[in-house]
Amino acid sequence: MAVIDNSQLSLCQKKFDGLRVGYAFAKRKSSSSLKVKSVSRINMALATDVSRFEGVTMAPPDPILGVSEAFKADTNDLKLNLGVGAYRTEDLQPYVLNVVKKAENMMLEKGENKEYLPIEGLAAFNKATVELLLGADNDATKQGRVATVQGLSGTGSLRLAAAFIQRYFPGVQVLISSPTWGNHKNIFNDAGVPWSEYRYYDPKTVGLDFEGMIADIKAAPSGSFVLLHGCAHNPTGIDPTPEQWEKIADVIQEKDLTAFFDVAYQGFASGSLDEDASSVRLFVARGMEVFVAQSYSKNLGLYAERIGAINVVCSSSDAAIRVKSQLKRLARPMYSNPPVHGAQIVANVVGNPTLFDEWKSEMELMSGRIKGVRQRLYDNLSAKDKTGKDWSFVLRQIGMFSFTGLNKAQSENMSNKWHIYMTKDGRISLAGLSLSKCEYLADAIVDSYYNVS
Amino acid sequence: MEGQADRDGDLRFQPTAGSAVSAFQHLEQAPEDPILGVTVAYNKDPSPVKLNLGVGAYRTEEGKPLVLDVVRQAEELLIQDRSRYKEYIPIAGLVEFNKLSAKLILGDGSPAIGEKRVATAQCLSGTGSLRVGAEFLSKHYSQHIIYIPVPTWGNHPKIFNLGGLSVKTYRYYDPRTSGLDYEGMLEDLHAAPPGAIVLLHACAHNPTGVDPTQDQWEGIRQLIRLKGLLPFFDSAYQGFASGSLDADAYSVRLFVGDGGECLIAQSFAKNMGLYGERVGALSIVCRSATVATRVESQLKLVIRPMYSSPPIHGASIVATILSDRNLYYNWTVELKNMADRIISMRHQLYDALKARGTPGDWSHIIKQIGMFTFTGLNKDQVSFMTAEYHIYLTSDGRISMAGLSSKTVPHLADAIHAAVLRLG
Repeated sequence: MAVIDNSQLSLCQKKFDGLRVGYAFAKRKSSSSLKVKSVSRINMALATDVSRFEGVTMAPPDPILGVSEAFKADTNDLKLNLGVGAYRTEDLQPYVLNVVKKAENMMLEKGENKEYLPIEGLAAFNKATVELLLGADNDATKQGRVATVQGLSGTGSLRLAAAFIQRYFPGVQVLISSPTWGNHKNIFNDAGVPWSEYRYYDPKTVGLDFEGMIADIKAAPSGSFVLLHGCAHNPTGIDPTPEQWEKIADVIQEKDLTAFFDVAYQGFASGSLDEDASSVRLFVARGMEVFVAQSYSKNLGLYAERIGAINVVCSSSDAAIRVKSQLKRLARPMYSNPPVHGAQIVANVVGNPTLFDEWKSEMELMSGRIKGVRQRLYDNLSAKDKTGKDWSFVLRQIGMFSFTGLNKAQSENMSNKWHIYMTKDGRISLAGLSLSKCEYLADAIVDSYYNVS
Repeated sequence: MEGQADRDGDLRFQPTAGSAVSAFQHLEQAPEDPILGVTVAYNKDPSPVKLNLGVGAYRTEEGKPLVLDVVRQAEELLIQDRSRYKEYIPIAGLVEFNKLSAKLILGDGSPAIGEKRVATAQCLSGTGSLRVGAEFLSKHYSQHIIYIPVPTWGNHPKIFNLGGLSVKTYRYYDPRTSGLDYEGMLEDLHAAPPGAIVLLHACAHNPTGVDPTQDQWEGIRQLIRLKGLLPFFDSAYQGFASGSLDADAYSVRLFVGDGGECLIAQSFAKNMGLYGERVGALSIVCRSATVATRVESQLKLVIRPMYSSPPIHGASIVATILSDRNLYYNWTVELKNMADRIISMRHQLYDALKARGTPGDWSHIIKQIGMFTFTGLNKDQVSFMTAEYHIYLTSDGRISMAGLSSKTVPHLADAIHAAVLRLG
């Protein structure tokens, strides 16, 4: 233990002369151990240049977003970025929808102000988003049974719901599909919500393990939440059939579980807004209470504007009012109120019949391009793979992504040898693929699948 | 269709309903947010003389919201730029925005920036920056106690609690002087455990408008460094308080200048009028560049599960303005105009109360700084003013000077006068 001598004491005294506040260690001359300890610690803090964050370790790059970073660092001409699910044109350029440009021009002309939105977000947006999701004529909406809060795209909406579950259903689990979008686990972890997995992907068939899925959901504790991808499952692209959705709803009702839909691709998957929402609407039509997180990142190309919503369909309008008030209470200490720009764009597009129709056409175009790319890739794979392996799952899968069936080592071979960047779970983003690159990709996949284990 | 819903839309009588009991049976209705709820109540009031002095949003002399000219110009430039697209920006936000924001608060040529010791992440305005900072500290810092001044912005304790920190207080406002309880503040900070986090309002303290003097800031700095406490600045009014960006950054730069570490939450809601765009930044000033790099990587792990990446629009506007000499200069002019109008409202209100002979010393109205005045009125007087004069303010007696105009000052003065006489 250090001993303080009088000179140190008087130094401390001098520093505080102007403060007119007595300091015990400046006055007392006895070196009681308590005082000595605290001053020596203080002296240490001053003397050393050690950061209080010295122990902070370097975090690994995000497994999904980090792929783009690796791609950027690659100087090879043949490189291809099939990492993030951001739609690209046939020329592999980012795409800002025409209706979005028009809406932004309209907004600038109108001269909208930039006042704080209410905590729950832009009213016009909230109204539009629930109509898009459930249909304009939906009973749940008409009866005021849906609590809607604008959220920061899909992630932010999921996080609000997770925080809500943690607070009002403490200890209750969320069941997530195996596999699922990589960030789902992080969201529930950070929100303090326990999760477990239900079987989903069957590597043998490169299809849905429906029996496994049903068995695992049936085994869940009563009251659990079940996270379902509304359409275009990420990362597999494998969706239940309408009949399978009915069975899933049956089980969830029987076992008194709550469905929690992640809807990130409405309109983008099949090209039809209504068709892509059919799973959600099926559950709601049965009178079930459901959570639905929505995102406009892909279907309106508004990725960076962070626009989405959390909807909670309740069994009464009274419950919806209370639920909404509690969601707001969670949003306020997170970011106070959501950003206005993306919400205005959505409201303007959906609220204008001409723009709305134009939007539907643009969505058909985007999903059409992806279907075309799937077909070309399938054709190339079938031609190049002389073993006769059935690659038709590429055609059956839906949405932006395809689960190739490649494992970690094989995926790494894709990057290391072929300069094709994808996530290590074997997922490729078809949105980042052009028709002209399909052949190169097919060569790479065939090589990785057969020559790397 | 199966069964008509009754008037309440109660599904109990619909045969297709799942279980009759809602999963949300046990949920209570949350009360309206005390600050934002003031505007909700104001909106419901049909009185033609109603006045909203609740939320801190700037209003023109005509009582209208203001979008700065430079903001409109920046938006025009952005929309005309054909090379712009809307793909995800990095998790920690726009690189250019982050650099410019750090420079704005720390000053040109700040050694902390030159030595690459600052980790900056674009966040959702002040609230988002505070929340991300709190979550980072709760995960990576050994001390989980944060000291906040009494009083402080109503949202602060909630942000820190939900962010994983526990909240203690230090004395700040002295109601007897309507000024700073400097000795009380130092005593309470001295009693804090080593390493505890201390929330400091960089300038224009909300809700009191009472700031330490430069000498007092120096005393606070010495004590904080001596006790090894970790300062966490909330800078929501840079340039808006005094009209000078540099003057309003004095306290932050004083601390950073001694080479020590701190956190800074910046908001562009008020000084750029970008409220609804949610633009802000969290900067963590570290002892070394290597630490700053690791800290930044961990900030991303906090952000990704919260909202993946921040919104592009507001940050692009800020970056456009800060990086263009003309826009930047014009911004400083518009900023000074806003600050000056508020200072003028302070003087007008003070004069009006003096003219009415309202009992009490009202000089704190002109001594306090920033958007708000802590009037010293109590809850009952506030309720009275709302009920009888349709004036909306928070129950702690805080009024937003930004919501006043020359036309409405007399009405407010009448209300205060009546409240003091009736319930003084």
